[in-house]
Amino acid sequence: MIGICSYAGYIPRYRLNRMTIFSAMGWLNPATIMNAAGDKAVANYDEDSITMAVAAGAKCLHGFDHSEIDALYFATTSAPFKERQNANLIAGALNCGEEIRTADFGGSTKSGTAALLASLEFISAGSGRKAITCAADHRLGRVGSVQEMVFADGGAAVIVGSENVIAEFKGSYSLSCDFVDHLRGANSRYDRQWEERWIRDMGYEKFIPQTVENICKKYGLDISDVSRIIYPCYYGGARKTINRKLGLQPAQIQDELMMDVGDTGSSHPLLMLGKALEDAVPGDKLIMVSYGYGCDALYFEVTDKINHYKDRLRVTDSINKQIELDNFYKYLTWRDMLPVEVGLRGEEERLTRWSLVWRNRKAIVSLQGTRCLECSTQQYPPQRVCVNPDCGAVDRMEPVSLADKGGKIVSFTSDMLAATTNPPAIYGNIDFNGGGRCLMDFTDCTMDELQVGKPVDFTFRIKYIDSKRDTTFYFWKAVPSEEVPANG
Amino acid sequence: MADGIRDKVVVLGMGCSVFGERWEDDASDLLLEAYQECITDAGIEKRDIQAAWIGNHIDEVSIGKGGCYLANTLHLPFIPVTRVENFCASGTEAFRGACYAVASGAYDIVLAAGVEKLKDVGYGGLPDSPVFGQLYRMLSPNATAPGMFALLATPYAARYNVPMEKIKEAITHISWKSHQNGAKNPRAHLRKEISETQIADSPFVAYPLGLFDCCGVSDGSAMAIVTTPEIAAKLKPNQDLVRVKALQIAVSSGEELLYNRWDGSELMTTRHAAKLAYEEAGIVNPREEIGMIEAHDCFSITEMVTMEDLLLSPPGQAPDDILNGFYDLDGQIPCQPDGGLKCFGHPIGASGLRMIYEIYNQLLRRWPEERLVKNPKLGLTHNLGGVPSQNVCSISILGLD
Repeated sequence: MIGICSYAGYIPRYRLNRMTIFSAMGWLNPATIMNAAGDKAVANYDEDSITMAVAAGAKCLHGFDHSEIDALYFATTSAPFKERQNANLIAGALNCGEEIRTADFGGSTKSGTAALLASLEFISAGSGRKAITCAADHRLGRVGSVQEMVFADGGAAVIVGSENVIAEFKGSYSLSCDFVDHLRGANSRYDRQWEERWIRDMGYEKFIPQTVENICKKYGLDISDVSRIIYPCYYGGARKTINRKLGLQPAQIQDELMMDVGDTGSSHPLLMLGKALEDAVPGDKLIMVSYGYGCDALYFEVTDKINHYKDRLRVTDSINKQIELDNFYKYLTWRDMLPVEVGLRGEEERLTRWSLVWRNRKAIVSLQGTRCLECSTQQYPPQRVCVNPDCGAVDRMEPVSLADKGGKIVSFTSDMLAATTNPPAIYGNIDFNGGGRCLMDFTDCTMDELQVGKPVDFTFRIKYIDSKRDTTFYFWKAVPSEEVPANG
Repeated sequence: MADGIRDKVVVLGMGCSVFGERWEDDASDLLLEAYQECITDAGIEKRDIQAAWIGNHIDEVSIGKGGCYLANTLHLPFIPVTRVENFCASGTEAFRGACYAVASGAYDIVLAAGVEKLKDVGYGGLPDSPVFGQLYRMLSPNATAPGMFALLATPYAARYNVPMEKIKEAITHISWKSHQNGAKNPRAHLRKEISETQIADSPFVAYPLGLFDCCGVSDGSAMAIVTTPEIAAKLKPNQDLVRVKALQIAVSSGEELLYNRWDGSELMTTRHAAKLAYEEAGIVNPREEIGMIEAHDCFSITEMVTMEDLLLSPPGQAPDDILNGFYDLDGQIPCQPDGGLKCFGHPIGASGLRMIYEIYNQLLRRWPEERLVKNPKLGLTHNLGGVPSQNVCSISILGLD
């Protein structure tokens, strides 16, 4: 049996209330009031599609042997690199090793399902043990646009394999056509779309029902046999029409997360699928449909293994952790959409020395340290001479992965002088659990949440952006660990 | 068996430029200003100088690499000139090179210079540079000096269970005291007395440090000419002579940075260097025997923990000593009688020599009454360059013959 072994979602913690956007820009395009309800999830200043894919992937891999992942596919329409394979960086950050097949999928918001289908076919061809699809998007709409209202930032991940399958893959149906309802040229930052009435009536309302009907026909399903129909569509009116056309009962409709999250592009169908799996029971039949110049539909049947699957709230818990971003200018600054004064300190050179990065990739990308074979002292970054003053053994080290070890705060400060678009810069020393130490940035927190001795986890984030050379550089940051309720 | 530097070298003359925002002056002007005072004080000619060392940290905005800049500025006649860089200890490193050259018998009279021209950087504070190498630029936060030293505060508070309010009170007193002293000093960069309220209420730079917890970023130069006790006695008969009693440098081993034993609340290098310096100078009880100190108060919190690291205040007691006036100009061990880095200013490469200049002049009783330390006995200088988790500490102890 081939199918889904694990799933996860990652939604950044900031929410921009759509009325905040409307208050700032509604004067320009008053019609955006139609989309101004609810919140949209917004990536922090140090997040992008790569970091969110890693975050979703890490959650998805929790409890799994990372070395069993034989393929990693990354899906996005907002890849930080056109060349330099984004998936390799994600595989490195997820410690999946270098003997792995990687590929980037893009060009359409159905790249998430395209990648998932490729991973399922990778397994069914017997090419490997497990494959992970990490999808994330970080799309921009022009200031005052509908896209600015509906596009959200987030990621999702799915592991597929042939053992301990919680949802069996039964089959798929695809429809692909050059229906250009929106596009982004190779040199454009912003999405451009055609008339909304056309997108709604001739796009969503035609392609999605047609796809659902055809996959049902292909696999001899009656629509009433399907427990959930999962599809993205940010037009509320169109959703009603589609549901009516398909004759769906309320229980068959999967919420599209527009009020809490927004449309996370390539990852959105996977995110909604994860949400559906949270309350699925064995025997449930799920159809997931993506949308973007056609549709992919995937048909799954939930197995009894789902009852043993841990952490079933992997999408919901991420959605629930939220904090309001009440400043529209902050959002624009973080997305580099405003010419802000960064100061001369912020203009210092940021040349990335790639040969050095390659030599130290285990330390930088994978957060690997070393453990001394003589005295067991764990240390970071990797050392050749043991740092234990009572040991000092030379070249007696084994690699040790620290990314999921967690740690404790040794010291911290908040620095108003450091150049950052999210002042103050908060950083300090952390000790890795089991040994080793690193001076690290803290992210996704305020000073009030920090305390010497408090536990932290590590998250892969943007360290700096060299805009002169169009290069984003990543490293790990510390985040205060989520509180675990005492009665657990 | 090596027996250290004690009493082998005499400071023959010293000079120090006015420190400050010297917008109209190049590093060469600053060097010349210090040199003219220094050579006059030493009572020798340029041709008597047989070798020179120059300390400078941020060469990229001022003097560049190598020893040519100093040689070209003073037109030193083809003598060896060596540029040394060891963070904020660079000035003391130049002094150490000169002293060792004399003590070894290789030269009779040697010049030690320090200079820094910081006010061409274009922004406040020190310029960003990959001081710990390129890998650490990839791994470390985009941190600043105040932030890195501010990191001493939270672990200190946790270790001794001292409320941050009390630490803030103590470090406020530190800056207040340095402003009191600096206001009396015509060469100091910041010459204004300010109230403790002004200090405590200054805008935050890096928690818990405010603007007035940070030293001045200044241009300046300081210099020393050193020789043997025999030559000094000939050149300056019947005069008090200042001898070098100890010179120590300690460099972080990576233990603070990588090993989990260090708790972040103290400077391991200062503790190592202090112990060795006291041994070298024959000091058994530093709290009783040291008469004055010029400590590396790049930030007030650094001065606070340094009082314990120098073994002057007992563990956890520095805030009390500070608040009790123990380190005030009229206290038992005056600290920063010249205003310190805080107010005299901190042109990095010059600072070590500027501290020695203050101790030297205090020992020779050259200052006006209002600035004089009552019972100077032995004077100690301390530099701490880098950041608490990886740094270079230098200590010198000087005394009269």
